[in-house]
Amino acid sequence: MFVGSVIIRTCRRKGCDMKRRDLLKNIILFIPVSGAFRATIQAAQANSDLNGYHPENHYYGMGIEVAKCIGCGKCIEACKIENNVPREPFFFRTWVERYIIKKDSSVAVESIHTGGKQPKETIEEKDILRSFFVPKTCNQCANPPCVQVCPVGATFSTDDGVVLVDRDRCIGCRYCIQACPFGARYLHPQTRTADKCTFCYHRVVKGLLPACVEVCPTQARIFGDLRSRASELVRFQRMNKIHVLKPYLNTEPKVYYSGLDGVVN
Amino acid sequence: MNQELTEKLTDLLSQVTGYIYPNEIEIHWSILIVVYPYVTGVVAGAFILASLVKVFNVEEVRPTYRLSLLTALSFLLVAPLPLNLHLGHPERAYEIFLTPNLRSAMAMFGFVYAWYLMGVLLLEIWFEYRGDLVVWSREKQFPMKWIYRLLSLFSNDISKRALEFDHKAAKAITIIGIPSAFLLHGYVGFIFGSVKANPWWSSVLMPIVFLMSAIVSGIALIIFLYMVITPIRGETIDMRCLDRLASFLFYAVIVDFSLEALDFVHRLYESEESVKILATLINQKLFMSLLIIQVLLGMIIPSAMLVAGRAWRLSEELRKLLYFTACILIQVGIFSTRWNVVIGGQLFSKSLRGLTTYKMEVIGSEGLMMALALLVLPFVILTILVKLIPPWKEASRQTS
Repeated sequence: MFVGSVIIRTCRRKGCDMKRRDLLKNIILFIPVSGAFRATIQAAQANSDLNGYHPENHYYGMGIEVAKCIGCGKCIEACKIENNVPREPFFFRTWVERYIIKKDSSVAVESIHTGGKQPKETIEEKDILRSFFVPKTCNQCANPPCVQVCPVGATFSTDDGVVLVDRDRCIGCRYCIQACPFGARYLHPQTRTADKCTFCYHRVVKGLLPACVEVCPTQARIFGDLRSRASELVRFQRMNKIHVLKPYLNTEPKVYYSGLDGVVN
Repeated sequence: MNQELTEKLTDLLSQVTGYIYPNEIEIHWSILIVVYPYVTGVVAGAFILASLVKVFNVEEVRPTYRLSLLTALSFLLVAPLPLNLHLGHPERAYEIFLTPNLRSAMAMFGFVYAWYLMGVLLLEIWFEYRGDLVVWSREKQFPMKWIYRLLSLFSNDISKRALEFDHKAAKAITIIGIPSAFLLHGYVGFIFGSVKANPWWSSVLMPIVFLMSAIVSGIALIIFLYMVITPIRGETIDMRCLDRLASFLFYAVIVDFSLEALDFVHRLYESEESVKILATLINQKLFMSLLIIQVLLGMIIPSAMLVAGRAWRLSEELRKLLYFTACILIQVGIFSTRWNVVIGGQLFSKSLRGLTTYKMEVIGSEGLMMALALLVLPFVILTILVKLIPPWKEASRQTS
């Protein structure tokens, strides 16, 4: 009321004849109108940032055709360059595992490109039953435990189905790293915040493919929109028998594998 | 990138056995996160011991009532420090209060902690000491006079009626405090027990096991402090009190041990896909800390000592020696329990195919020295509190 009477006094001094009732009426009108105006500006800003991209119209996933992966590691390289992932072999947004199933049904696994310093098991060729590569990345789960546990809401699911980390909000408690069943997260040594695959969100919103998909020479990785029946990913799902990693944990992964062996976890 | 970190991780890489996911080489929750549940455990345990006097009228243990409350407060004040020091961005810690994710167990920390500190512990201590603070503010000279006046929040009434009200209020707060203490430490157990990605942690028993081990560590610490402080004050130890405390400690150890054994047998019997890697974990990484320190030195031997003291009607001196040794062993055992949960749970890969190693830093914000400092700090705070508001002089009772 004090502010109101000051304004009215000023008005009177200037010769305007606004009454107390009019002033109140104007204030009451001003609040919702300014709110709506602000919301419109914010929405316009958001739209201009995304160049007319509407997240709610998309829902992304990735397909991986295990048989096509040749373990060249181009995807790892491209990801590191595209996303400023530290070059050292302890930080990966995506990696490739080599599985060797031996005739005695034991399994040897290694991550290719971890710097070659991990002692490697030498396996005689005659002992090998079969061998294959499995590319791994964040599964962009529909029911993500990492999002559930983040105490400050720094990691979140977008409308278009990607799990992201807000590095300006992350406090670096690392609970999300503990909660991820797939080992897809790491603490970025420079930012001291959690980091993980974003499906190259900055590219995807511009209609480009994630870097790992773009460079894969055998097209073992398929990226697409699950909301579009015409997308390559939906076709991949239609044409293949699909499996996801650790389905029993009910995280509902959106990285779909075809031809995945039962030993892979 | 930080050269030191690269060297450390390269060194660790050579010690990996089997296959681990490439991001799993670094252990993320360090010794400080071992200190945290240990410290909050002592808080909950000491408070529950105090409640025995206030709510359940166990008069024998009254000599330790105020000491228990002050111990709980000293440890509670330290509890957030290891968490904060461990954060990648400690300066953003306040976000947990401002924008908590209500679906996150960890986000509840701020609220549970604030409630326990402000709503329970400080309030109970204030009501318990208010009469004394008024008396001291009248007896002492400047500046202590004013400190006591401030601590009593300038209250001045020590009539019989007012003191009775204090007593009733403290009792009511203790009744609320018991579930709150359960919440405080059960919640810490839930933080671990609810991580479905980690088979070593994921167990519905985890909060209960945490709670029981908290009670064990709390009672053991109070016995230790009582036995150290009383001779220093030139007083004699009240054996009735000590025997009673020792029996409570024994019961708590038995329940704790049974629950942990149940958890262990259950895992073994169910024999899920993780059983092989967990067996390897125990054999290769946790043999010393789990089987020798936690189970043998931390549970079996001390409980035998506690029983022996009573069963064979040993002399007072011998009983004291047994109780004292048992309490120290139990503290080491409970710290080891926390270690085995926190560090043990990160030593195996979620691929269930391999193990990594934890190399503790000595110096540094997440190193051994810092952990030791954080374990000593509650005792420093306790010394100050004991000097400021001595737990054994009930001044208002003597005057009224």
